[in-house]
Amino acid sequence: MDSPLLPHGVKRCSTWAFFFWTLPWLALLAWGGLSAFLCLWKGLNQTNMSNIFAFALWIVFDLAIIALGAGAFFTGFLTYVMGQKELKNIIKPAVIIGFICYSGAIAMLGIDIGQPIRGWFIFWHANIHSMLVEVSFCITAYLMVLAIEFIPIILENRKLEEIKELRIFGHNLHEIMAVFAATGTFLSFFHQGSLGGMFGVMYARPFAAREGFYIWPWTFFLFVLSAIACGPCFTILCTKLTEFFARKKLVPDSAIQLLAKISAWLLSFYMVLKIFDYLGWMYGIVPRSGLTFESFFREGPYGVYLVVAEMIFCGILPAIILMTPKARQNQGLLITACLLNCTGIVLNRFLFIIVTLAIPVMPFDRFWSYLPTWQEWGIGMAVVGYGFLLFSAAYRYLPIFPKERELNPITE
Amino acid sequence: MKKSNDHGKYKYGMVIDIDKCTGCGTCMVACAAENNVAVRADQSDKERTITWMRLYKISNGKEFPHTEVSYFPRPCMHCDHHPPCVSVCVATATKLDFNTGIVSQIYTRCIGCRYCQAACPYGARYFNWWDVFPQDKGMDRYLTPEVSPRMRGVVEKCTFCHQRLMGAKTLAYAEDRQEIEEGEYVTACTEACPAQAITFGDLNNPEHEVSKLIKHPFTFRLLERIGTDPKVYYHSSRDWIRKLGDNFLPGEYTPVVNKTWAEEEWSTKPGRDEF
Repeated sequence: MDSPLLPHGVKRCSTWAFFFWTLPWLALLAWGGLSAFLCLWKGLNQTNMSNIFAFALWIVFDLAIIALGAGAFFTGFLTYVMGQKELKNIIKPAVIIGFICYSGAIAMLGIDIGQPIRGWFIFWHANIHSMLVEVSFCITAYLMVLAIEFIPIILENRKLEEIKELRIFGHNLHEIMAVFAATGTFLSFFHQGSLGGMFGVMYARPFAAREGFYIWPWTFFLFVLSAIACGPCFTILCTKLTEFFARKKLVPDSAIQLLAKISAWLLSFYMVLKIFDYLGWMYGIVPRSGLTFESFFREGPYGVYLVVAEMIFCGILPAIILMTPKARQNQGLLITACLLNCTGIVLNRFLFIIVTLAIPVMPFDRFWSYLPTWQEWGIGMAVVGYGFLLFSAAYRYLPIFPKERELNPITE
Repeated sequence: MKKSNDHGKYKYGMVIDIDKCTGCGTCMVACAAENNVAVRADQSDKERTITWMRLYKISNGKEFPHTEVSYFPRPCMHCDHHPPCVSVCVATATKLDFNTGIVSQIYTRCIGCRYCQAACPYGARYFNWWDVFPQDKGMDRYLTPEVSPRMRGVVEKCTFCHQRLMGAKTLAYAEDRQEIEEGEYVTACTEACPAQAITFGDLNNPEHEVSKLIKHPFTFRLLERIGTDPKVYYHSSRDWIRKLGDNFLPGEYTPVVNKTWAEEEWSTKPGRDEF
């Protein structure tokens, strides 16, 4: 039915099969739509957030998908600025994943703030001392960059390419992509850092507070590094998932291996710094505040096991797997390592957000825990549904994998 | 944030005598009534109710007969120099007035991102999870005209009854005076406390009672060592209470007088305040 829109020389499932594939994701979107309506209409009392858990599931989701979406800017940087031609085979899906993550995060933030209509005050009444202002400015600007990077990919659609003006526009845009890749790198570097800075500067919350360099707490640099360490792994995971569902190879192994190798080095470097960060914090800020490392984990469900999982099982272990050429060439181990790496970064964000707020600072205050409502899950899941829908549509209608034809010749 | 308010003319602050506090809760009620604090039909969900002034029940954790219980009123600490909540606000909706030391909140500018709540270690900031007042219940008749009620989706906090400062200034101006007298501007909780446990005044003015009280060895501040520099001080003759004012590693806390009420009725003897 939609065959005139499909890319040349590749095989896609039938329209009906694609329609049924979209149904679960549309259901997630509907769930999210209802949740968003309730939150905007009735207010944030629809959530289980409270004066203790001022930041909750949505912020964890936001920070997680922004870190995972870092594959876009970093792959763009490697491809266009560092000239890693091999990565041209994976840059388009990386850009689309980045676009999904960032647009999803901004949409969630729009619901998360108590007065969404005043969202523009961030820009109008900007407080230049706030890390969150830098995050907002850079995320918004970077989403625009991602949209510009996405346009030439959309214009490669078979039908759109037939229009000469659009084809020329798309081609010219593609030519200057290095400029946008560099701009994106600059913007991303700062907002990934500021997201970390947001927590490091909370000096009155000893669990999150960090010392640092000039105005930047160590979390600033650690968040940048962790994002570029896990972003490529997330891109690999999404590509592998697409290959699984499409039942064919889409990206040459050389591109995947290169990304995995770069990720391995970055993750290893990050783990070394993170160990120093933990030690510096344990022997610096924590005793200075009159606390001990164990005092943070005395009560409730958030125990030391989270730190162990973050550092050892989801940090050092995937770093070792990805570092070993033999191991990362094994598909199962590669996927496991990528999954662990991404989980570790999400855990890191979870610790900085939820555990920071759960631990009371006043000695006579009590410990709190939190469980999200279905409305909160609905908004989070809607972003997942939106991601699957957009990526599936992009795969179906756009030639996002340049080597697909070469790797899967159609024999008729 | 580099500007210091040391050179500000006034620095309003408070000393709360925990030994005098009976935990009656009048301060909480007076505060809520004065400042049009939103109420809900069911106020039992303490994670989401708004209590600018909140009373904590504290205990020395000992078994009977050595058990001691006390109450810890906690308004906004109006942290000095670099309040944790001010620098983080995205929309410049909260600020430290360098001339009065009061940390204020601009409700109509707050976007409700709640970053300030995350940054405050005292839990002194509250978000409006619901629309303010139940409609058509006639509750608007009980509102204080000088204080704007807040809308859903913004953060609010104790303002040291800023409207009372405005009122006192207006009165002084009308009477052709340059300065307001001690006691002319006090917060609602100070005025309402039946035990007179709260003293309010200008910390920069050596004549004011608060300036004298903060020099007392029994006086301490909440979470002083994390560097928030609060302008709310507490006063207690009991070491276990002073110890609960901050986090201490074993052996770090040095008692002022290592005695408890239960051990000796020392604190009720004449001369307690002259220590």
